[in-house]
Amino acid sequence: MPNSLLDMGCVELRQAIGQGRVTGVQAAQAVFDAIDASEPVLGAYLSLFKDQALRQAHQIDQRIAAGQSVGPLAGVPIAVKDVLCTSFGTTTCGSKILANFHAPYNATVIDRLLAADAVIVGKTNMDEFAMGSSTENSGLRRTVNPWDTTRVPGGSSGGSAVAVAARLCFGALGSDTGGSIRQPASFCGVVGLKPTYGRVSRYGLVAYGSSLDQVGPIARSVADAACLLNVIAGHDPQDSTSVDEKTAPVADYLADLDRPVEGLRIGVVPQATEGADRPVRDAVTGAAEVYRGSGATVVEVQMPHLDYAIAAYYVIATAEASSNLARYDGVHYGHRTANPRDYVEVYTRSRAEGFGQEVKRRIMLGTYALSSGYYDAYYLKALKVRNLIRQDFVRAFERCDCILMPVAPTTAFRLGEKSTDPLQMYLADVYTISANLAGIPGISLPAGFDGQGLPIGLQVLCPAFAEQRLLRIARMFESKTDWHLRRPAGASYGKK
Amino acid sequence: MDKRIDEAEVRKVAKLARLDLTEAEVAEFTGQLVAILDYVGEMNRLDTEGVEPLAHCLPITNCLREDVVHPSLGADKALANAPDRDEDFFKVPKILDDSSGA
Repeated sequence: MPNSLLDMGCVELRQAIGQGRVTGVQAAQAVFDAIDASEPVLGAYLSLFKDQALRQAHQIDQRIAAGQSVGPLAGVPIAVKDVLCTSFGTTTCGSKILANFHAPYNATVIDRLLAADAVIVGKTNMDEFAMGSSTENSGLRRTVNPWDTTRVPGGSSGGSAVAVAARLCFGALGSDTGGSIRQPASFCGVVGLKPTYGRVSRYGLVAYGSSLDQVGPIARSVADAACLLNVIAGHDPQDSTSVDEKTAPVADYLADLDRPVEGLRIGVVPQATEGADRPVRDAVTGAAEVYRGSGATVVEVQMPHLDYAIAAYYVIATAEASSNLARYDGVHYGHRTANPRDYVEVYTRSRAEGFGQEVKRRIMLGTYALSSGYYDAYYLKALKVRNLIRQDFVRAFERCDCILMPVAPTTAFRLGEKSTDPLQMYLADVYTISANLAGIPGISLPAGFDGQGLPIGLQVLCPAFAEQRLLRIARMFESKTDWHLRRPAGASYGKK
Repeated sequence: MDKRIDEAEVRKVAKLARLDLTEAEVAEFTGQLVAILDYVGEMNRLDTEGVEPLAHCLPITNCLREDVVHPSLGADKALANAPDRDEDFFKVPKILDDSSGA
């Protein structure tokens, strides 16, 4: 096979498989060969399903050969973040407390991938319970950035972003509570989409911050992200927060993708971009110019409450986490301490032994914010600030169709650089968090490289449920640039 | 807030959260939580008088399904990950004669 097989996108590979130019087994085998070559260095995956994947690919090949109809991802090898429940293998959330947990059912998005005939390669590494921005909080494995293996891949969906960038799969699913899809996509030079809250089912997504969590695709092009969203989007009776067809109909996100948005008004927030590093700021300015060159007008918008987004987020997310993570009690599933003196120790010691430091810290912060005497000052206050931030967006979107922003203030930082100071790590989420608080969709696009050859991401935000427009706007930028076509040298580990 | 979080408060919160923290963790978390809460406390400079708290952003309110029985996991699947079980029950240490539990 030519090396270019692994460079194909999901859409392209699906076409090639449908036309018999490539078989599903060839695609899966190429992915597992690449994994054998580079995983010892990169560490993107926590578990692999090689036998199952090859068997599944073979069955799809046979169905195609027999002239049977196959799904929109037939034979396409896909990776999934280990925060999504699978009825096969383990579901660890990157935590020692779930190291041996076998989920009794598939998340709805996993069932949808399988129904689309995707081939699931394996489950990717992450910050424990999706709490982190570097994947360094994984309790199980270290993942490094394929562009520079001394640097972090971003997080919390770091493993998925690395697997996509390094050609260890053709597309992946991540989850995004405060930027966990967009920021690692930015650090690894790929596309990451956080859909509107309610667009994709959360059934079987292990909960962190339930009012903020959303599943979305990480891919190497806007078209691939659209293709994956087509498969996972839509109402799910198992998730009461997934929105019904009548309220927010699902579109065919691929159908109109190449048609530019006419009369496009781009919003920029000068005050917000000030804090970013120079190369990042320049990339956002350059992106606005690209849009202007395509006929868009650029307007400045104000987001007066954006400076309070991190504060509100870290109260709301940790409050929800402290409640959600109460379920890890050493009784029903997960780690139980050996020889507890009494039933209280089953809880306190199992949790102390099973959780890592960041998870404990966030449970502590959230429990404090919800505790008697502090509830009004922290939790209730944060919910009010959340409303102000949402209103900022509502007002901004009266004057523009989308907002451009950096994804992160810097490019990928060094391993260990921020891991001793949790507040510094939280502050790196400044540009992504507001979309989760407001429930709106956002995408991270490759938009340049800094002086050290590290990828820079551009973020585009749209109003709730405007994914179709968001993807078309993203495609307008991608079609005028070639940043998304660059691949990390690390990906050549996989070359024969 | 006027009063900063201290080690005694951290121990109290750890008890509420059912986390058995070491002395070193108590000291470390106290320092870190002071810094984080100082930062978070900046919110209080904002006037939020009359602003409604926003718990979620969905354009929906109640989602009630029909009251129809559906198949559920069943005891074997539900108990498959239990650290300890006794037939169709989760098994835990004795609770009734314990006096130390909060």
